[in-house]
Amino acid sequence: MSILELKGLTKTFGGLIALKDISFRLEKGEILGLIGPNGAGKTTLFNIITGFYHPNTGEVHFNGKNITGLPPYQICKLGITRTFQITQPFTNLTVLENVKIGAYNRISSNREVTEKTLKILDMVGLYEKRNELASSLSVGHRKSLELARALATQPEILLLDEVVSGLNLKETNDLIFNIKNIQKQGITILWIEHVMKAIMTVAQRIVVIHYGEKIAEGVPEEISKDPKVIEAYLGEEYKIVKN
Amino acid sequence: MSLPGFPLLLQSIVNGILMGGVYSLIAVGLTLIFGVMKIINFAHGSFMMLGMFITYWLYVLLGIDPYLSLLLSIPSLFILGLLTQRFIISQIMDAPAHNQLLLTLGISLFIENFALLIWTPNFRNLEVPYLKKAITIGTIMVSLPKVIAFIFAIILTILLYYFLKKIDLGKAIRAASEEKEGSLTVGINLRKVYYLAFGIGTACVGAAGTLTAPFFYVNPHVGGIFVITAFVVVVLGGMGSFIGALVGGLIVGLAESVGAAFVPGQVKQFIIYSLFILILLFKPEGLFGRTSE
Amino acid sequence: MSNKTKRSEKIFGIIILSAILLILPYLIGDYITYVTTMIFFFGYLGLAWNILGGYAGQFSFGHAAFFGVGAYTSTLLQIHGGVNPWIGMILAGIAGLLLGSFIGYLCFRYGLKGPYFALAMLALAEMLRLLAVEWMTLRYPLGISIPIKGDSFLDFQFKNKIPYYYICLFMMAGAIYLTHYIEQRKIGSYFKAIRENEDSAQALGINTFKYKLVAMAISSFLTAIGGTLYAQYYLIVEEESVFGVTISIAVLLGPIIGGAGTVFGPVLGGFILEFLSEMTRNLLGAYSGVHLMIYGIILIFVIIFLPHGILGGLQLAYRRISKGV
Repeated sequence: MSILELKGLTKTFGGLIALKDISFRLEKGEILGLIGPNGAGKTTLFNIITGFYHPNTGEVHFNGKNITGLPPYQICKLGITRTFQITQPFTNLTVLENVKIGAYNRISSNREVTEKTLKILDMVGLYEKRNELASSLSVGHRKSLELARALATQPEILLLDEVVSGLNLKETNDLIFNIKNIQKQGITILWIEHVMKAIMTVAQRIVVIHYGEKIAEGVPEEISKDPKVIEAYLGEEYKIVKN
Repeated sequence: MSLPGFPLLLQSIVNGILMGGVYSLIAVGLTLIFGVMKIINFAHGSFMMLGMFITYWLYVLLGIDPYLSLLLSIPSLFILGLLTQRFIISQIMDAPAHNQLLLTLGISLFIENFALLIWTPNFRNLEVPYLKKAITIGTIMVSLPKVIAFIFAIILTILLYYFLKKIDLGKAIRAASEEKEGSLTVGINLRKVYYLAFGIGTACVGAAGTLTAPFFYVNPHVGGIFVITAFVVVVLGGMGSFIGALVGGLIVGLAESVGAAFVPGQVKQFIIYSLFILILLFKPEGLFGRTSE
Repeated sequence: MSNKTKRSEKIFGIIILSAILLILPYLIGDYITYVTTMIFFFGYLGLAWNILGGYAGQFSFGHAAFFGVGAYTSTLLQIHGGVNPWIGMILAGIAGLLLGSFIGYLCFRYGLKGPYFALAMLALAEMLRLLAVEWMTLRYPLGISIPIKGDSFLDFQFKNKIPYYYICLFMMAGAIYLTHYIEQRKIGSYFKAIRENEDSAQALGINTFKYKLVAMAISSFLTAIGGTLYAQYYLIVEEESVFGVTISIAVLLGPIIGGAGTVFGPVLGGFILEFLSEMTRNLLGAYSGVHLMIYGIILIFVIIFLPHGILGGLQLAYRRISKGV
């Protein structure tokens, strides 16, 4: 049984079809990349999986259980946590407070929460900045904070939405390193990304979405050679970097 | 609770429409400010009160006819509104909405109590001899100042409508309210548009004050009463919708007046407040507003 | 300096301060005792508002609804049912809590936020005021008077104002402690998360509806109890004073100016506002509107330059400056 199964998800906004009959599976322990030209509907898909949107048709199954339409907080409690494409920190709270809030998802004791939080902050490299306000962080650090906060909730599946966009080379490499470590901890990852080099080298499998439809699914090598995929990206002057 | 007879009902309908016209004018100003700047102006009523006092003092001290005083109250409140936007509101355009509301609350507190200080809490009445008449049409008797208020209110509202639709400056205001980013790209000076919008909104409510002074009591606290009604109208009609404010004003005016014929005094206000909450809960976009952006 | 030393210093400071506050009424005259009692009272109300407004981020412009319900509940029970005012106070709190839960359920279930929530609460308070005018004015044209029963703790009435000082001090201290308790724990962190970013909060497993309701329940309960205290102090309950917009605004001004979302902000705010109110009253006599005018100016100033209030601003500045340990 796959850890996450999407069955025939369709979502329309007024007359606009954002997603059309999306189906695929996520296997436990893998990193599955979700790519596609801008506006393809990827974030909409995340919103549906996490309960922020309801699909018009279709279902989302988590560990065999139908979670379609459950409220976002319940889906997080069940074990799926997402990050936001445009980071959404708790602006007037410190880095430490931000991540602690995530940790309270599974832990009640103040002491344990603080311990866990400090560990995670150390892992993503935000330990020194733990008493700084989230609003004063650079873009790179905000992305790390977003990741740290999501991690603190101890999810089974982590949904990453463009976590390396806008980062420089070092920041990107650091984050990729962290993502690989997260996978080693047993967390399954579904990752939307535009930075091809990052996702093609890290993900085990790729799903490509274009105009709301799944046009390809497979390992990175296949995807980078797939004519449908190349055609979809041609209009954006994208060069898919091979391994 | 006795059922009113037909003549009384007709009377309240007419009264309701007349008052509704004034409510529309007040609401149009409020909805313009919200539509363009997304600011909920709690001080709207205070500005109306200022308009009333301008008219009152001009008549009592200089003998100037109330309707002539429109020539002074409209421009003065326009300038006051513009200055308020320029120096105060502009500072918090990016603040969270509830803080913006608090700021306009602060402005209303200041204006209302400043008026209280210099003009005392006395209730005043504008006694203009030629306006003490009532017009009789069949069984209906309507007070002359209410009819004149209605006529002027409609005229001003129509003028404003054409300004927004046809005149470049007005079109710029509409553009800014509908598409902020886009209007920036075509070179519309948003800051100036904001000054204008707030100024016009305040001028509207100042004019409403002038028109109301001949038949309503004049007192520093009077703004508080009208501002709540204005909010109900705007929410009913749809926040940011001109047509909504117009139609909403008439509906609320009617509901209030006809309601007063059926139920005792306080209950009618109670109904209006309940309507307000119910609309906010179940149909927040009102009659003509857009559903959440 | 080790944590233990810091902590014992803090406790020592609290003990000293408490001692001073406890003997204060016997050192100062009646007037200052009265003013200080008012500071404690409005500090308490501000703290109650602050739980929902400053911490959970839901600004209510109509807390008079709970204040009035509290005042009327305990007073009516006392006069018509002979219920002891202390018991009446608890029942008043429950009445406030029920009202708060009801309106909170509606507002939060249907996603009323920010200024719309604020105005809906204002409308609620006004509706209750109108009901009170409708039902009470005929029988009690000047408001409901609580007959003078005695001068004892049991009667919750005192000739000398000093016991009220202690009651208000005790209640304020309790509210401060409660706020501190909440802030240090998961519930406080969750409130702040909801305040800062509700979507993020949901995505992190927080049932925002439930927590907002909890904040509302606490806030409305405490505010309603304050209404009973008011009734027992002035021995008269009149709809304009307990349900009016004036009290709704008075309750929120302290926290906003002093610092919403901080423990001592409402107390500082209450102090500043009372101080100004008494100053203007002494300097300018009968012109009751002047202090409100000044409140308006201060509110404008604070929203523009210190949007997190005095203590909130200080807290943020401190955090910006001290990076690291």
